[in-house]
Amino acid sequence: MKTLKFAGLASTLAISALVLSACGGQTVDPNSDALAGAVVADGSSTVAPLTEAAADLFRDVEAGVNVTVATSGTGGGFEKFCAGETDLSNASRGIKDEEAAICAENGIEFTEIIVANDGLAVVVPAGNDFVQCLTVEQLNTIWGPEAEGTITSWNQVDPSFPDVELALFGPGTDSGTFDYFTKEINGEEGAIRTDYSPSEDDNVLVQGIAGAEGGLGFFGLSYVTENADLIRAVAVDGGNGCVDASEATVQDGSYTPLGRPLYVYVNNASYAEKPQVKSFVDFYIENQAEVAALALYIGLTDEQVAVAKDELATLG
Amino acid sequence: MSVFAPIGRRIGDGTIRGRVKGGDASPTSIVFLVLLWLSLFLAFAFLVTLIVTTIIEGSPRLNGMLLTEYPASRPEEAGARPAILGSMMVIAFTALMTLPLGIAAGVHLEEFSDRNNWWNRIVELNVQNLAAVPSIVYGLLTLGALTAIGVKDKNIVIAGATALSLLILPVIIIVTREALRAVPIEIRQGSLALGATPLQTLFRQTLPSAVPGIATGSILALSRALGEAAPLLILGALVFVSFDPNGLLSGYTTLPIQIFNWTGRPQEEFHILAAATSIVLLALLLAMNAIAIVIRNRYQKRW
Repeated sequence: MKTLKFAGLASTLAISALVLSACGGQTVDPNSDALAGAVVADGSSTVAPLTEAAADLFRDVEAGVNVTVATSGTGGGFEKFCAGETDLSNASRGIKDEEAAICAENGIEFTEIIVANDGLAVVVPAGNDFVQCLTVEQLNTIWGPEAEGTITSWNQVDPSFPDVELALFGPGTDSGTFDYFTKEINGEEGAIRTDYSPSEDDNVLVQGIAGAEGGLGFFGLSYVTENADLIRAVAVDGGNGCVDASEATVQDGSYTPLGRPLYVYVNNASYAEKPQVKSFVDFYIENQAEVAALALYIGLTDEQVAVAKDELATLG
Repeated sequence: MSVFAPIGRRIGDGTIRGRVKGGDASPTSIVFLVLLWLSLFLAFAFLVTLIVTTIIEGSPRLNGMLLTEYPASRPEEAGARPAILGSMMVIAFTALMTLPLGIAAGVHLEEFSDRNNWWNRIVELNVQNLAAVPSIVYGLLTLGALTAIGVKDKNIVIAGATALSLLILPVIIIVTREALRAVPIEIRQGSLALGATPLQTLFRQTLPSAVPGIATGSILALSRALGEAAPLLILGALVFVSFDPNGLLSGYTTLPIQIFNWTGRPQEEFHILAAATSIVLLALLLAMNAIAIVIRNRYQKRW
């Protein structure tokens, strides 16, 4: 009769699971004046920590609202956003024309909100003592598509540098960081030499750069601050002299061209019709300084906050 | 397992190991034996290093908070509660969907189908090939199917469980067939000779005898599903969930996805948290494998 026992156990499990599933879906807070429902965000993994931090803080205010964050990448996020599947889309670059066209086709109206600032750092190992500053031209020499196979040593970049082999690391093609860097440095989005080591995991890039004498790479400033014992950022000369990457230089716009804003795209209809989305987005901007600090990004300037609030005010 | 027992005996009696032990000290066999031990040691050393380093790294955060708290942006306040619950829920539904289907398919193929039929042979061949398909493909398949039937929100428990079910279904069919094959034909013949119908033979004799093999194989297959992240990531798995999953249509996250997310963060504390979460996943896997061993030992029959 062992089988019968076994079958009994299995069917008990099955029934209890069915009962569980019958009450599926999201819970609705019974408290009537508290907000409930879901806020669905997807998009860039660079921006996700910001939205997560905002959701984390928001939970203390409106515990009944379920904010979920996924990371399909900036492009993948817009795909879902323009299909009407998400309320918010995290983006580490502005929306492209062809993406906006799909949104328009599906009747999705949206508003672009800047939620924080980020500096893209150009990074060398902590032990590197010969590079202090790189100009945009030098960066282009190193990273341009035509450098592939030809620029392999530091002294080809500048004769004053030693003859140390270049070891290049950077994010892969799916990331907004990659799009942004290639556009600013190489003039065309996606144009880059292919003989570098790509990884979507910035911690892998940190390890790679730190482990190579001639290591060079680029990624978000927060990874530099967290790994100050392994790597350091070099100053970047965008035409007005060498500027260090720091909170102040990113905020005042002098760290060009690698300082960048991070965006959240808001679905206008969601904002107008779902009170929980409106409440969350307003809270996000209201507490942007704390959110940015939690996610290790650089907060907005007063001017940027005012612009964001104006944008949201027009949505009602 | 009884399938392998005769092979094991043969090795012990006659071939390489037996001969070396029995005094065949020719250089070739000694070198071969050393090589065997070396590869075993290498695999074992990697495993031990991995587990030990993970435990050392994760131990500072291996506390109650990890089990009871929700993810947070301050690493010291974060926990993996929704991921643990999400993993359990997805695996439970995966088991509910695959086990009946997989076992039934296995029984049909092994006990009832005509093996000379070309159609059955194609099905057999396909099942074996499907077992070797990379997991991401099942994620893409599920994504495509959901899009085709117009499901907007694909990050729901039932979608994840479907992808994982497809992933392990071929494995369960194969282990069911293996387990049934290990039941001696005399048991079936005896049952039929005493007047039992083929169905009675199946449910009262063959299937009960095959339970240990089926259970062990199925639990191992489910353990594999528990560790999968790729198919769920394709379905748009969430990396931040601040509520418990509560049904088939609820959003969810699972342990591998939570670990994946935390290892990508700049803060070292999140990496520690990821290591601690890995230990939880490891403990869950070990518990499932232990259940498999218990079931096998308890119900095993020898002929």
